[in-house]
Amino acid sequence: MQSEISIESVWKLFGRSSSELIEQLRSGTDPERLHANRGVRAAVQDVSMEVRAGEIFVVMGLSGSGKSTLLRMLNGLISPCEGEVIVKGRSLNSMTAQQLAELRRHQMAMVFQSFALFPHRSVLENAAFGLEVAGMARKARTDRAMQALERVGLAAEARKRPRELSGGMQQRVGLARALALDPPILLMDEAFSALDPLIRKDMQDLLLDLQAEHRRTVVFISHDLDEAIRIGDRIALMQDGRLLQCDTAQRLLQHPANDEVKRFFRDVDVASVLTVEAIVQPPHHLSVCDVGEPLPDRGDVTVYVTDRLQHLRGLLRAGLGWVDVAAISTLSAGTSVKDAIDVVATSSEPVPVLDDEKRLLGVISPRHLLLAMEAGG
Amino acid sequence: MLILAAAHQAGWLGQATDLCVEWLLANAQGLFDVIKVSVLALVSVTELVLEWPPAWLFALITAGLGFWRVNGGFALFVLLGFNLVLSMALWSEMIATLSLVLTASGLALLIGLPLGILSARSRLVWRLVRPCLDLMQTMPAFVYLIPAVMLFSTGAVPSILATLIFAMPPVVRLTHLGIVQVPDDLIEAGRSFGCSDRQLLWKVQMPSAIPTVMTGVNQTIMLSLSMVVIASMIGGGGLGDVVLRGIQQLDVGMGFEGGIAVVILAVILDRLSQSFAGRRGSSLQERLRVWMTLWRSS
Repeated sequence: MQSEISIESVWKLFGRSSSELIEQLRSGTDPERLHANRGVRAAVQDVSMEVRAGEIFVVMGLSGSGKSTLLRMLNGLISPCEGEVIVKGRSLNSMTAQQLAELRRHQMAMVFQSFALFPHRSVLENAAFGLEVAGMARKARTDRAMQALERVGLAAEARKRPRELSGGMQQRVGLARALALDPPILLMDEAFSALDPLIRKDMQDLLLDLQAEHRRTVVFISHDLDEAIRIGDRIALMQDGRLLQCDTAQRLLQHPANDEVKRFFRDVDVASVLTVEAIVQPPHHLSVCDVGEPLPDRGDVTVYVTDRLQHLRGLLRAGLGWVDVAAISTLSAGTSVKDAIDVVATSSEPVPVLDDEKRLLGVISPRHLLLAMEAGG
Repeated sequence: MLILAAAHQAGWLGQATDLCVEWLLANAQGLFDVIKVSVLALVSVTELVLEWPPAWLFALITAGLGFWRVNGGFALFVLLGFNLVLSMALWSEMIATLSLVLTASGLALLIGLPLGILSARSRLVWRLVRPCLDLMQTMPAFVYLIPAVMLFSTGAVPSILATLIFAMPPVVRLTHLGIVQVPDDLIEAGRSFGCSDRQLLWKVQMPSAIPTVMTGVNQTIMLSLSMVVIASMIGGGGLGDVVLRGIQQLDVGMGFEGGIAVVILAVILDRLSQSFAGRRGSSLQERLRVWMTLWRSS
């Protein structure tokens, strides 16, 4: 997949920044000391990452980890002290103010934690703001804004003022304001953090629905790991301005780069992050034989039988004979371990795991399942 | 004796000011004439327009405006108040005062609003403007009357110019404040959607600042009214004149009548201009509906 946004060794120091200070940090000076002595705060330190087209990329970290600063560098609200941000192949560093404004008007829209709706504008006018700034005629922009409001379920509130709406509804307006532009890139700055847990889940579902309809590149900032795991295709973990690791939730969980990453995942419900695909084991006894060939008889063990293309045909139970694939319980590769527990626990033999094409990936026994959950935690 | 004598004469600063005014008189008379003629034309036109409708029509229009912007009770107050002014035979004086106030505050806004915006956008401008505003606000109001008379002789024009200087600071200050205190996240939202500096000012900062700016406008109008009354001492005319005559002739009744008329005008101007500052509680349609139901049920 091509990368939509790439960030290349970006540094951002607040206060009196200089390349000499960055050099000091590179050579291992403690950022805390720099803050105490020189009053310079290192918000982002040597971060590089690639955001691929069409993915939800979550930048996850606690407050003060530099994630919001990083997001603001993607649309040039903050410019890096060193390093480069490249959006769709063009470096932001070399852009004029005019080009940067054009980029923001047509390529990327932002959703804010505090909603940042304009109190003097109606819901509809808020949703149409980006189009108005871009110079679209009133009729056209009102139509587009209305469509965006309909999509987030707020068409009935179009004439109201933002403060007449609840927090969740206000953020829907914020989302509609961004969607109205139909931008290829969405930047979401802790967009759902200020909402109640139930509403937050609704909004996450809405975002996932929107992604399913029309894939955009979404860079989502969050301090909530559950949220990151739920919506993120990939997660970048940040701490103290540095990138710890960047990968899918499952791989972060299974192959943490260091103890800090491990610590992030300490309280995570492993069973809902891990998929069965990640913990399958090869079956003890496997036979390959195509339809029409005589079945092997091993008598005292359970044998899984596939054809030459690895499609599962069925299994031979010890002493009980042939059972066709249609009659046994199987798991698909993307099932979470949590959802698999029931099936695995009630099955008499290790449960086969199949991919989308019904090919056998391996099997899971109750013992494997427990060991995997233990290891992940 | 020496101290007393000093107290009666202007010191070096005063003499310098005198010199300054004299120099202006000698060298910039043409400029002052131009200002004088244009301000005079402006106030005459305003007065002509305000005098044109008969008193009852003027009262009805104002009451209608009051009903639209404020409420029914206020509209009633407008009618009763104007009726009282009319019965005191002070109508033409009130109109004269009103045209002075409107001209002076109109000019104050014309200069003050852009100055406020400019101060909000440039720290340097604000640093220059701020001490001037402090001076303008704390200088006793009467002091403005002297150079005004010297430069423009007596009458409506010096009254308006003295009023203008006295009444301008609030609108500059509050426009500056309104723009500066627009929340950062709104500015950021504006920027993130690609606003240019100008779009940011007109689409985000000014609309958010409107309530504060309108408070400044209200203050300016109220200060104009108070100054216009004082300016009757240099022949501004209008209600101030009535009050002044009351003082000169020790006529308590006349002074009180003039005072009451000023109060009525002040309340009406205040409530009307304030109604543009905040959002009204309920829209006109809603209030009409309530009135209709009250009407039917009674």
